[in-house]
Amino acid sequence: MCSGRVDLAYVLRAFSNGIDGVFIGGCRLNECNYITHGNYHALNMVLLCRKIMEYTGLNPERLRIEFMSGSEGNLFAEVVNDFVKKVKELGPLGKGEGIDKEDLNSKLAEITKLVPYIKVVKQEKLASRIENPAEYDELFTIDEIERLFSEVVSYYIDPGKCQACMICARRCPAEAIISAKNQIHVIDQEKCIKCGTCFDACPTRFGAVTKLSGEPVPPPVTESERTIVRKSKEQSNP
Amino acid sequence: MEGEAGNFRVRLNKKPKYIDESKCTGCTVCVEYCPVKYPDQYNQEISLNKAVHIYFPQAIPLVAYIDESCLYLKEKKCRICEGVCKNNAINLNQTPEKLEVKVGAIILSPGLEPYDPGLREEYRYGEFENVVTSMDYERLLCSTGPYQGEILRASDRKHPHKVAWIQCVGSRQVIPGGNSYCSAVCCTYAQKQVILTKDHDALAQCTIFHNDIRSYGKDFERFYERTEKLPGVRFIRSYTSIVKENPETKNVTVRYSTTGDGVKEEEFDMVVLSVGLNPPAGVQGMAEKFGIELGPHHFCKVNTVNPMETSRPGIFVSGAFQGPTDIPESVFSASGAGSQCGELLSFRRGNLARERIYPPERDVSGEEPRIGVFVCHCGANIGRIVNVPSTVEYALTLPNVVYAQEQLFSCATNSAKEITDMTKEKGLNRVVVAACSPRTLEPLFRDTLREAGINQYYFEMANIREHNSWVHAKEKEEATQKAKDIIRMSVARACHLEPLQEFDLPVNKTALVVGGGIAGMNCALSIANQRHEVHLVEKDTDLGGMARKLHYTLEGLDVQDYLRDLKRKVYQHPLVHVHTGATIMEATGYIGNFTTRVKSERGLTEIKHGAAVIAIGADVYTPAEYLYGEDDRVMTHLELEEQIARGDEGLVNSGSLVMIQCVGCRNEDRNYCSRICCSESIKNALKLKEINPRMDIYILFRDMRTYGFKEDYYREAAGKEVRFIRYEPDDKPQVEAGESDEGQPVLKVTVTDPVLGNKLEIDADRIALAAAVIPSAATREVAELFKVTLSPDGFFKEAHVKLRPVEFGTDGVYLCGMAHYPKLMAETINQAYGAAGRVLTLLSRDTVVASGSVCRVDERKCMGCGACVSVCTYGAIEFSETRQGKKAVVNPVLCKGDGLCNAKCPTGAISLKHFTDKELLSEIDAVVPEEEILRQIDAAV
Repeated sequence: MCSGRVDLAYVLRAFSNGIDGVFIGGCRLNECNYITHGNYHALNMVLLCRKIMEYTGLNPERLRIEFMSGSEGNLFAEVVNDFVKKVKELGPLGKGEGIDKEDLNSKLAEITKLVPYIKVVKQEKLASRIENPAEYDELFTIDEIERLFSEVVSYYIDPGKCQACMICARRCPAEAIISAKNQIHVIDQEKCIKCGTCFDACPTRFGAVTKLSGEPVPPPVTESERTIVRKSKEQSNP
Repeated sequence: MEGEAGNFRVRLNKKPKYIDESKCTGCTVCVEYCPVKYPDQYNQEISLNKAVHIYFPQAIPLVAYIDESCLYLKEKKCRICEGVCKNNAINLNQTPEKLEVKVGAIILSPGLEPYDPGLREEYRYGEFENVVTSMDYERLLCSTGPYQGEILRASDRKHPHKVAWIQCVGSRQVIPGGNSYCSAVCCTYAQKQVILTKDHDALAQCTIFHNDIRSYGKDFERFYERTEKLPGVRFIRSYTSIVKENPETKNVTVRYSTTGDGVKEEEFDMVVLSVGLNPPAGVQGMAEKFGIELGPHHFCKVNTVNPMETSRPGIFVSGAFQGPTDIPESVFSASGAGSQCGELLSFRRGNLARERIYPPERDVSGEEPRIGVFVCHCGANIGRIVNVPSTVEYALTLPNVVYAQEQLFSCATNSAKEITDMTKEKGLNRVVVAACSPRTLEPLFRDTLREAGINQYYFEMANIREHNSWVHAKEKEEATQKAKDIIRMSVARACHLEPLQEFDLPVNKTALVVGGGIAGMNCALSIANQRHEVHLVEKDTDLGGMARKLHYTLEGLDVQDYLRDLKRKVYQHPLVHVHTGATIMEATGYIGNFTTRVKSERGLTEIKHGAAVIAIGADVYTPAEYLYGEDDRVMTHLELEEQIARGDEGLVNSGSLVMIQCVGCRNEDRNYCSRICCSESIKNALKLKEINPRMDIYILFRDMRTYGFKEDYYREAAGKEVRFIRYEPDDKPQVEAGESDEGQPVLKVTVTDPVLGNKLEIDADRIALAAAVIPSAATREVAELFKVTLSPDGFFKEAHVKLRPVEFGTDGVYLCGMAHYPKLMAETINQAYGAAGRVLTLLSRDTVVASGSVCRVDERKCMGCGACVSVCTYGAIEFSETRQGKKAVVNPVLCKGDGLCNAKCPTGAISLKHFTDKELLSEIDAVVPEEEILRQIDAAV
């Protein structure tokens, strides 16, 4: 596995577990022994995560990535010693920043839940290759992260338009759509990963899935109201 | 040695190690107790070692030996080591062993001997304490060196801050005790040492006193530039001598003279002599024993059109014994010499091989995890720091761990057997070994699981050496705690491991060689001579490539003669199928199973092959400078060679000829050295001098890069009054059409005299430009077809510069010749055989094993976003249409298991087996032990 395998969710999990600092070591940039250069991907993920930490109120210095080769033991020791020193200075996670522990945990849980969404919307940037270290800080900006979270989208099925055709439910990769034949479909917002597959899958002639940005999702129709009453059925059963 | 090719008998005399190799585990307890201290040969005698010791930390086999300084061997005293060795491995009564081996072929690779500067007093080596050789310095830089990687002066054990390198020590000198040839590697190794010195001490001041800078290898020009740009680094072209030592500070004064500033003196904390390469010690005796001839410099005498061949059939040569050589080229010839042995012996290939049979694999997937933990002492490496018994005790408290024990050396044969035995006896279904880095020994331990009938992917390694004991030597308690943490994480992961199957892919025994030049033809022949069919594809209507334009070499070879002979061999070989006038339409498949469609004069052919070799050569830059293309009297060096070979009257009778070097390279557009042009120009100059000794020949150059033995020809040219004038890149020569004083039409060449600084005007009848070698125009296209990558300079990029220099990162695809980088004919032939050798390691097998650790897609979770497809550099993921829309599908054969796709997949649909989210998150969760979390919760409540 390559350093590019390190998932944003892993870093968040470590912090959620109360770890005070996360260090990621990768091969030297441009010296990939393969053709992947995945260390650039790891770098992008770290740049993103550091901005998210800043947004959350955590000190981004708690996450560090360094690139070195297997023969650079002394450099590794130096960098890790420095990092440990830094993290000790920062103090325990959250406490050092003056964030309430519960508050922090719920924030981290919320962001962790949005990891799939973040991957969808930041896909291109996460796979980019920035050669110039001067541009590292500009890959993701704090404004961008604020917008990312304030304008986070939600998907909602309009009960008036849903034809209970099951197409979206079958496509949903998170199995988040509560569905049955002749039952108006409902998105389980807890399970939904906001990937938009249902939005794309719903036949345009129905247009039942709506994309909401930064606004609350209307409450789902209650289970008793979900049965679809089709006109054709009304006619055949007067 | 006696016998002949195919049937040699070699008698070997094996010196006693005084250690039973089969019993020694390399624990080094004997070394600790040995009372004899004597200068450590491996560390250039800078520090001390013991009479019993391991030669160096990475030695294979990693066992100790006792040398002549032993008290018992000298005076029948001591024997302490016998008493402390727990394995009874010491045997002081060992005697030399006589062995006789029967072999079909012999490869001589005795390497080289560094030049001994003690031969010439003026280097003051051994006289001034702070004058060291580059070999000494190499050891000083190394973490396993005399001072554990600290660069210290011998005189006061202080860090030198001002260090000088003196180049060409023992090289390029026609004086007693010196070598006339260039040692070929010193410019670049000195640069490496400068970079490492700056890494050790960013404020260090490094000065290189040099003659020409010969950074002619692939990427070396960039490396040179990188070194030159470092702050505090000076390159000074000069004549240098070491004049005195400060009696108090022991600093060394260097006197040097430059053309611009005259003679100066400067004091340095340390002076490094960049010593050259000598033939191996005892070479004469070796030559006699094997009945081979030596060349004029006492390296091996080789055949110019097959530099791996010695004067005796069946005996081959590789590495620096061919002549001063860098690592990548040594690897070319090593692999190439192997291929030649294969040609000789292919009729009995595999006769000595035996298949390994493993017991059937037990299906344990339904069982609860039953984990066994084995903690290794690694002799003293881990055991001295980490309290191993307490980690074993701790491991037994972890969930699912049913067995734990310590081992002195887990990797020793008996310990590995113990793991196998205990796995069977205790019914273990997962094994964790807490020892060293999995990089080296994971395959061995996986094997022990297979021996126990357990799937090898149920093995997990906890690195408590490199990541722990080695870095926390002074924190024993914390290191023990950390070892426990690491073991806990590994155990957590082990619970989630899954059995994976490696699969065997069949190998098609045919090879495809793309490019019918010298490289492609030699490679194709070597493969075919080992009984494999080869399709040789050439875009032109005739074979020969660039060599068609070459007529002679520096060494005097008639290239056209050689080429005719080579082509004849290719056309006559029943297993080589030549496709000329060919275009590759499509190339698909993977290692062992490629399909390439070729349109050629033969029509459309579909070739199925197991391996592909890219040998498409290179092109010559068309100069846009120095009136090239505007004035017929200006030509490239290749065109000059054509004219010489043709005996062009106008040329031969010219009064003067100017050659300009480095045209179109070593500049911003092409930041590399074309390597061959200096030798090419010297070659043409010598030829012209032979034909018309009265012709005035000028070579305008930046650095003359006649590396290795080619230096002798440079000297010969200078002796024949070829005039060499150095120019600077920012003050290039100027060329314009004009008239001589006699009113004859000439080309006026103006260049700055590097000594006097004034402008020199030369009237030239002809100008030859050393035009750069540039990547072949087809490079990009071929790269896309075979999914291989290019270096920044646009040549093909090998998988690893030193470790895998003739193959690509893409499995089953190999490269050789100028497609890789400009090189001379002999070097091309080395590499062509080298590529053939690598191809044979693949084609000689019936199957290749593909790793089980590859990606899979959970179709249900795939949203068809394509994030995985776009990040996979191997093209291993494709979309397939399903009723639920597009879904990603992984071709496990192409997947390399990097897992980039995993980190991009929004839904977790794609997962890398053996490195799944579940496995990795379980490790992350185990970083903080459960009791610690409980304690924190308690504290919070």
